[in-house]
Amino acid sequence: MSTEVAISIIDREGEIHQIVAPTDMAMNLMEVCKAYELPVEGTCGGMALCASCQCYIESDHSLEERSEDEEAMLSEALNVQDNSRLGCQIPITDDLEGLVIRLAPEEF
Amino acid sequence: MIQTDILIIGAGPTGLFAVFEAGLLNLRCHLIDSLPQPGGQCAEIYPKKPIYDIPSHPEILAGDLVQNLMRQIEPFSPGFTLGECAVSLEKTSDDQFIVTTDHGTQHQAPIVAIAGGLGTFEPRKPPVENRIPFENKGIDYIIKDPEKYRDKKVLIAGGGDSALDWAIYLVNVASEVTLVHRRKEFRGALDSVNKVQALKDQGRIQLITPAELEDFYGDQHLEGVRLKVEDGTQDLAVDYVIPLFGLTPKLGPLKDWGLEIENNAIRVDNSLDYQTNIPGVYAIGDVNTYPGKLKLILCGFHEATLMCHSAYSRLNPNKKNTLKYTTVSGVKGFDGSVKAAEKATIKRIE
Repeated sequence: MSTEVAISIIDREGEIHQIVAPTDMAMNLMEVCKAYELPVEGTCGGMALCASCQCYIESDHSLEERSEDEEAMLSEALNVQDNSRLGCQIPITDDLEGLVIRLAPEEF
Repeated sequence: MIQTDILIIGAGPTGLFAVFEAGLLNLRCHLIDSLPQPGGQCAEIYPKKPIYDIPSHPEILAGDLVQNLMRQIEPFSPGFTLGECAVSLEKTSDDQFIVTTDHGTQHQAPIVAIAGGLGTFEPRKPPVENRIPFENKGIDYIIKDPEKYRDKKVLIAGGGDSALDWAIYLVNVASEVTLVHRRKEFRGALDSVNKVQALKDQGRIQLITPAELEDFYGDQHLEGVRLKVEDGTQDLAVDYVIPLFGLTPKLGPLKDWGLEIENNAIRVDNSLDYQTNIPGVYAIGDVNTYPGKLKLILCGFHEATLMCHSAYSRLNPNKKNTLKYTTVSGVKGFDGSVKAAEKATIKRIE
């Protein structure tokens, strides 16, 4: 069984980055973006406390629901849409194969 | 003008520990931080989160780590300029640096250590264009003097601890307090949530949820706000709106200091002493970058130590710098305190 999934990430300039993310390294979407040197800060390190990894889910994958922490952070962040998620709260699993996300604008 | 040996910009864990290492070398430090308290993001963003990778601490709360560091550096009496952002760095003809804050406070030192972490924390602002004419004319992002709101109608927006705490505090100051949040759920200490519930039940806080700031109006000064509520909009006459949506860091003014910047961090020479491209200016902790950089508190401590020894040699070019162990030399504070191991008892057994 493959231990990788293919994910498309649309950056803030509209460029599409097709990347391959490992499912066996306990990584999350924020960490994968950083590993590929995409412009995601991940300021709080992944504690759902800063929203610098906010992204929009553009494909119709059904992801695990937002946790209370994530919901609370998104209620204070800017540019939040119905399909907003914090990348740091999305673990890389097999279900993410073919996922398409768009990075939310920077807050300033 | 505040004068010191090492001027540290940023009072997070790395900046605080630098005070200790500098003190062992008899160098005095002064710290500048834009936040009103020391500790950086450990104190501001996640004081209650446990950290598991501080050597010799299997588990420590970020807030406790900061408190311990403050205790550790106490003998070296560091100075603090808190709640002010360092905006400019100038070099004088006699090899000193002058750092000025946004409040105009000037600091002079022969060594500057930038320990700025992710940068200056700036308040998140509501995404309403019309806020700009009312900023500082009814819209405040930071509460400096709560007396300003005495007998005024105040609206606080936000759902975290600071929104709850200030709403509770201002009940006894302002003539009216309204708390607005996008959701009905608040993320704050249980005690604060319960207090707000009680104040709402007593009719002392007006709670409007779920609601969002949609527009501001007024002539010269803010006079009211339009809220987007569940079933449309609601206008409310207020004197002040205080959006407390948390803080987000930006590298800020130091980007324009002539430092070599790479990926939003300051490039340093890690093969030697974490000095930047400006001799006498160092960058330590999360704010710097070099091949293999890891943004970890423990790495910041190491960088701070090497920086201090390099600074000592720079300031004392003719003196030999030898490493002293605290187990041998103890800690002699600038405040006159002395910490040292007890002398061994030598007693003869007959």
